[in-house]
Amino acid sequence: MSQLELTLKGAAHVYERAHINTDEIIPARYLNVHEEAELARHAMEDIDKDFIERVRPGDFVFAGDNFGCGSSREHAVWALRGAGIKAVIARSYARIFFRNAINNGFLAIECPEAVDAVQNGDDIELDLANGLMRNLTRGSEARFVPLSDFARELIEDGGLLPHIQKKAAQTS
Amino acid sequence: MGMNITEKILAAHSGRDRVVPNEIINAKLDLIVCHDVTTPPAVQMLRKLGINKVFDQSKILVTPDHFVPNKDIKSAELAKQLRQWREEQGIERYYEIGNHGICHAIAPEQGHVLPGMTIVCGDSHTTTMGALGTFASGVGSTDLAAALATGELWFKVPETMLFELSGDLPFGVYSKDIILYIISKIGVDGARYKAMEYKGSALKSLSMEARFTITNMAIEAGGKSGIMPVDDISEEYVKARTNEPYTCYYSDEDAVYSETFKIDVDQLEPIVALPSLPSNGRFIGEIERVKMDQVYIGSCTNGRIEDLRIAARILNGNKVAAGTRAIVVPATTEIWKMAMKEGLLEIFADAGCVVSTATCGACLGGFMGVLGSDETCLSTTNRNFVGRMGDPRSKVYLASPATAAATAITGTITDPRDFLKN
Repeated sequence: MSQLELTLKGAAHVYERAHINTDEIIPARYLNVHEEAELARHAMEDIDKDFIERVRPGDFVFAGDNFGCGSSREHAVWALRGAGIKAVIARSYARIFFRNAINNGFLAIECPEAVDAVQNGDDIELDLANGLMRNLTRGSEARFVPLSDFARELIEDGGLLPHIQKKAAQTS
Repeated sequence: MGMNITEKILAAHSGRDRVVPNEIINAKLDLIVCHDVTTPPAVQMLRKLGINKVFDQSKILVTPDHFVPNKDIKSAELAKQLRQWREEQGIERYYEIGNHGICHAIAPEQGHVLPGMTIVCGDSHTTTMGALGTFASGVGSTDLAAALATGELWFKVPETMLFELSGDLPFGVYSKDIILYIISKIGVDGARYKAMEYKGSALKSLSMEARFTITNMAIEAGGKSGIMPVDDISEEYVKARTNEPYTCYYSDEDAVYSETFKIDVDQLEPIVALPSLPSNGRFIGEIERVKMDQVYIGSCTNGRIEDLRIAARILNGNKVAAGTRAIVVPATTEIWKMAMKEGLLEIFADAGCVVSTATCGACLGGFMGVLGSDETCLSTTNRNFVGRMGDPRSKVYLASPATAAATAITGTITDPRDFLKN
């Protein structure tokens, strides 16, 4: 059954620029480890040194187009999740980052309208059941691009590996 | 309605007569390539799930490449985990230090890449191998774990962009300039989620070495894969390395493409991509002669023998400028040995370059040439993002090996044609 919490609340950390790449999310010099807590210490380090001081469990990262472009390192998803980020909300995603996110059961939501309206520190509520993003600070609301059925199924199963195990159990 | 090469390969590997863009399929994999950074986490995931055996060890290739020879204790642990796992799994296609190479270069070089294959690797530059008519795409560690356990992976069938390359490359202009030009035109997300297919008369004058440089950088335009049809040049390359049978797929006349770009390569000049995006390409005549603290010739993009020959031709009898460091990194051990036998290593050493063993090394800011604050580097690598090769305040410029060699001699960004004329 679904492991998803349907309503998430947290603060927005906004990086409006397009093409925030995996070297910025987690610099390659830290790829000699893959523990989430260790990676989290360096999350967003080259773009925002104070990110890790400000971020609180349950917060969201907002970004422009093509978020997560560059390397295939899944460490980018792990660093953000390790830092407590519950979802990224971007105008669009680079494909490997998006794939890594849903394979991990991590929310990567496309919602250009919400990115337009958000300011750093805004209180955000993500209503997954209704596909809505509420900006509680500004009183605005935006509908996000629904996940495909396949992506939704992966996220609900908790990621690709649990999904494959579920399928294997169903057919055996 | 016809299909293009990518669609045909994906259809054949998912048991279908045809596939169309955007449908999700499960494709069987022919080759899974593993290196020291993204494989250990995948192995850890499989262990946690109690999956102790890979689906088929004969379809897996392992080579440590990113941080080897071990750059520090943590990297040593990763390489050790990779080594132990490959031994426990009995994977025979293994390239230990002394025999190793950057995975995207060594896999085709050693005859493991055959036309028509589906290939994944936990690395975004896996697209390189598409130059041999394969579907090759980069994945993360979870995908890698699933691939190692089941031999299959889900894919959204990509739309395909067609690039028709006509004409002959002018003197002093190389395949790196073609791909930097393309990325400068379509942007770092211009091919997002798409396959980039190449065809046209210009391919006939490009060796496999030159072609790999083009497909290597598909990811720098956001592409899922880069692919070229098999021809005499690619068949000769493959047949010199293996007797294994393979299937060639060709795009139908009425295949569908999301966009078609026609590029006359006669019109190109050497290109330099300015910091900090691979799409910042400019013709060399249009940019300032910025001073370079370092020049780096190597990587899965441009560390092959032809690249080293071009660089050596320019560096021969010249000296690296005072105040500039030049680092040459052959992409595989085999290339290193060829460079030695051909006398290229001596030319590099006499010019004042450092020659390293094969490693991804400083391309991703690992070691063997990491940049300090505000330092500049002209590099033949693939990516010049903020902090890519070291300190976030350092600046990386991307160019061909010829431009890199000419720049090493003068210490400022230099048109290689100035030296090739002599």
